[in-house]
Amino acid sequence: MTVKFRAIGAPGPGRPRRRAGLLAIAALLALGAAACGTSSGKAGTASTGGSFKTAAQTGGTLTVWVDSTRLAAAQLYQKKHPELKMDIVTYDGDANGSNYLQTKVSLFNRTSSGWPDVVFSSQNNETSWAVQAGFAAPLSKGLIPQATLDGWATNANAPCTVDGTVYCLRNDLSQTVLWYNDKLMKQWGYQVPTTWEQYQALGEKVATEHPGYLVGAAGDTFAPEIYLWAGKCGANQITGPKAVTVDATSQACTKMAALMDTLIKNKTLSTSSVFSSDFDKNEANKVLMMPGPSWYGGALFQGTFKTPAGQLGVAPMPQWSGDSSPSVGNVGGGTWLVSAHSKNLKAATDFLTWVTTSDDYQGKVAPGYPAYAAAAKTWLAAQQSSGYYADDITAPLTAAANQVWPGWGYGQFSQEAVWAATVTPGVNAGKSIVSLLPAWQDSIVNHAKADGYQVASK
Amino acid sequence: VSSPTATTGRTTARRGALRALWPGRAGHGFVAAYVVLLIAFGVVPTCYAVYFAFTDGNARFTGLSNFSRAASDFRFVPAVEHVALYLVFWLVALVVLVVGLSLLLYRLSARRVSKALRFLYYIPGALAGAAGVMVWLFVLDPSVSPVAFLLRAMGFATFGQVVAPGHLPVLFTLIAFWTGAGGWIVVMHGALNNIPHEIIEAARIDGASAWQTARRIQIPMLRKWIVYMVILAFAGGTQLFVEPQLLAQASVGVAGRDYSLNQLSYDFAFQNNDVNTAAAVSVELLLVGLVVAALFVARSGFFDAD
Repeated sequence: MTVKFRAIGAPGPGRPRRRAGLLAIAALLALGAAACGTSSGKAGTASTGGSFKTAAQTGGTLTVWVDSTRLAAAQLYQKKHPELKMDIVTYDGDANGSNYLQTKVSLFNRTSSGWPDVVFSSQNNETSWAVQAGFAAPLSKGLIPQATLDGWATNANAPCTVDGTVYCLRNDLSQTVLWYNDKLMKQWGYQVPTTWEQYQALGEKVATEHPGYLVGAAGDTFAPEIYLWAGKCGANQITGPKAVTVDATSQACTKMAALMDTLIKNKTLSTSSVFSSDFDKNEANKVLMMPGPSWYGGALFQGTFKTPAGQLGVAPMPQWSGDSSPSVGNVGGGTWLVSAHSKNLKAATDFLTWVTTSDDYQGKVAPGYPAYAAAAKTWLAAQQSSGYYADDITAPLTAAANQVWPGWGYGQFSQEAVWAATVTPGVNAGKSIVSLLPAWQDSIVNHAKADGYQVASK
Repeated sequence: VSSPTATTGRTTARRGALRALWPGRAGHGFVAAYVVLLIAFGVVPTCYAVYFAFTDGNARFTGLSNFSRAASDFRFVPAVEHVALYLVFWLVALVVLVVGLSLLLYRLSARRVSKALRFLYYIPGALAGAAGVMVWLFVLDPSVSPVAFLLRAMGFATFGQVVAPGHLPVLFTLIAFWTGAGGWIVVMHGALNNIPHEIIEAARIDGASAWQTARRIQIPMLRKWIVYMVILAFAGGTQLFVEPQLLAQASVGVAGRDYSLNQLSYDFAFQNNDVNTAAAVSVELLLVGLVVAALFVARSGFFDAD
C-alpha cells in the first residue's frame, strides 16, 4: 500500500515547485521586457534652451558639487548658514575635460533624479551640453537680477551665454601673465622679457648659464591655452553654437610652436605637468619664469611649490615684437551652474550669488582672480597686502583681464583632451610640436565632427 | 479520517519519494539563485541593449544605422586595432604563463612552498579590479614607483614616457595578468591535481622526463580547462575598459582615452548622449564573444563527456 501511495503522490510536490520556478523566471522576463518597453521614452529628453519649468519647490538639503579647491567656499558658506542643510560633494571638477559632470547628468536625466543643486566646474564649456540636456537653469531669466549680472568683468560670462541667456556664472578669470622669480632674476642680472623674441633669447641664455632652470612648462593639457591662445593661433574659433573654424597650422600657430620646440629642446621648457609628482619633486624649485594663468600665484607657487614669500613677481605676457594689439591666453576659470531640476532654487541661487560675488569668499579666500569686478578689487588688494609677491601684481593682472584673445572659444569637445591625446605623447617621444600641428588639426576636426559641429578648416 | 501514524507515514514517504525522484534538488537550488542573477544582470540588460541597438532615441526601428554610425566614427577602427593587439598579448601571456606556472607549482615537492606561492599568486586577484589598476598607476610613475630603478634602467624618466601609446598593449597585459591570472593558476593547479596519479606514475616508470610528462599527458588533459580560460579571457579582453579609463584619468588624458571599444561605447552614451550607438557597439562585442566561444567549444569538444 505504501508503495502505491508513493507512486501516486510523488509527482505532486515536485511539479508545483517547478512550476513556481518557471513562473518566477517568466515574471522576471516580463519585468525585463517591461523595462525595455517603458523606459525608452526617457531616452530622448534633450529639451531645447529657453523652456524652463521649475520643479516643485519642496526645499530640503542643498546638494553642492565642488572640486577640492572650491571645497573651502562651500564649507565657509555652511559655517555662515548653519541652519541650511547642505550636502557638499567633492568631485574632480571636470578637470582636463574628464566629462564627469556630463556623464552623471546624463545618467540622472535617465533616472529623473539625483541632480546636484549647484555645481562648480573648472571647465568653461559646460553650457555647450548642459543647456541642451536641460540641466543648466537660465540664470538671467529671473533667478539672478540683471544688476548683479552687470557686476561681472566685461565678457567674463560670455562662455556661459547661449542665445543671450546666461546659464552659468564665471568663478574666476584666468588670464595669463608671466610669473617670474624676482630674486633669481636680480641675482643673475636678467631683464624680464616683454617680447616673445626676448623670452626665447633669455631661455637660450638660461640653458647655457644655468642649466636645469626653467622659463616655462608645456607638459599640461592646457599648454596650448597658455602659449598658442596668447599667440593668436586660431585652432579653436567657435563661431556658433554648433560651428567651429579650425586653423591649427597657420603662421601664428607655427611661430609659437617653433618657439616652444626650441625651448623644449634646450630643456628650459618642461614637458612635465606642473601638477605631476615628477615636477613637484625635481623642477618646482627651479622655476625662473613661467607664463601661466592668474591662479598660478596662489594655487601653484604658493600652494603647491611653496615658493617663499617675496620672490614671486608678475609681469605682462610677452608679445611678438611689432604686434600692436597685445593678447593673452586663458586657462579655465571655472563656472558655477544651478540645476534646472533643483527643488530648492532659492537656497541654490543664494549660495550661487554668495560664492561668485561675496568679498568673504571671492575677495579674501579664493585662489584665483575673481570674475566679479568688485570682488576682484578686494582680491587684488588682499593679495598685494599679503606681502607674498615681490612687486605690484594689480597692474599686470588688471591689464591682462582685458587682453584675452577673443578668437578662442569653448566647444563641447575638450581642447585639453584633444591636445593631451594627440600632441603630448608625440612631445614625450621627442617629436617637435610644429611637426604635430597637422595631426592636432585633424584630431580637433574629428572630435568636433563627432560632436555634431559644422567644421570649417583652412 | 487518517490516524496520526498514517500522517507521519505519509510525510516521510513523501520526503523519501522526493529524494528518489529528484536527486539533484540542492543543485537546482544553487543554480536557481544563479539564474535569478543571470536574468537580472545578464539577460535583461542584454535584451535592453539589443533593443536599443536597433532603435533610435524616439524608439523607432532603425535597422543597422546605429551599427554603421559606430563603424564610421573616426575612433572605431583604431579601437578595434587596439583591442585586437591587446588580445594577442593578453591571451598568449595568459595561456603560456598560467600553464607554465601551474606545472611548476605542481612539481614543487615542498608542499609549504607550493601553498605559499599559490596564496601569493592569488592575492592580487583578491583586490577589486579598479583598486588593482590603481596600484599600477603608482608602479608605473618613475617619481613614486617602488621599482623606479627598473623603469629608469629601461630609459623612462617620466610617467609620460612610460605610458607612450606603443607601450599600452604590454602595460594593459601586465596589469590584467597581475590582477587576473592568479585565480587561473589556482584553478589550473586544482585541475592538475585531478589527473589520476596512476597515469603520472606510469609515465614516470616509463622514463618520461618532466617536459615529456607535461607535453604528452598533463597539457592534453588540461585542454578543456585551457579552452575554458581562453573563452572567458577573450570575452573579458574584448571588454577592456577599467585599465585604459583609469590610465586616462591618471595621465590627464595623455594615454588611454578612447582606447578600447567599450570606452568608445561609453563616450557615445555619455558624451554624445547617443545610447543607441553605444548599444550597437556593445552588441557587436557580445556577438564577437559568442562566435569565438562557439568556435572554441566546437573545435575542442568542450562539452564531450570524458
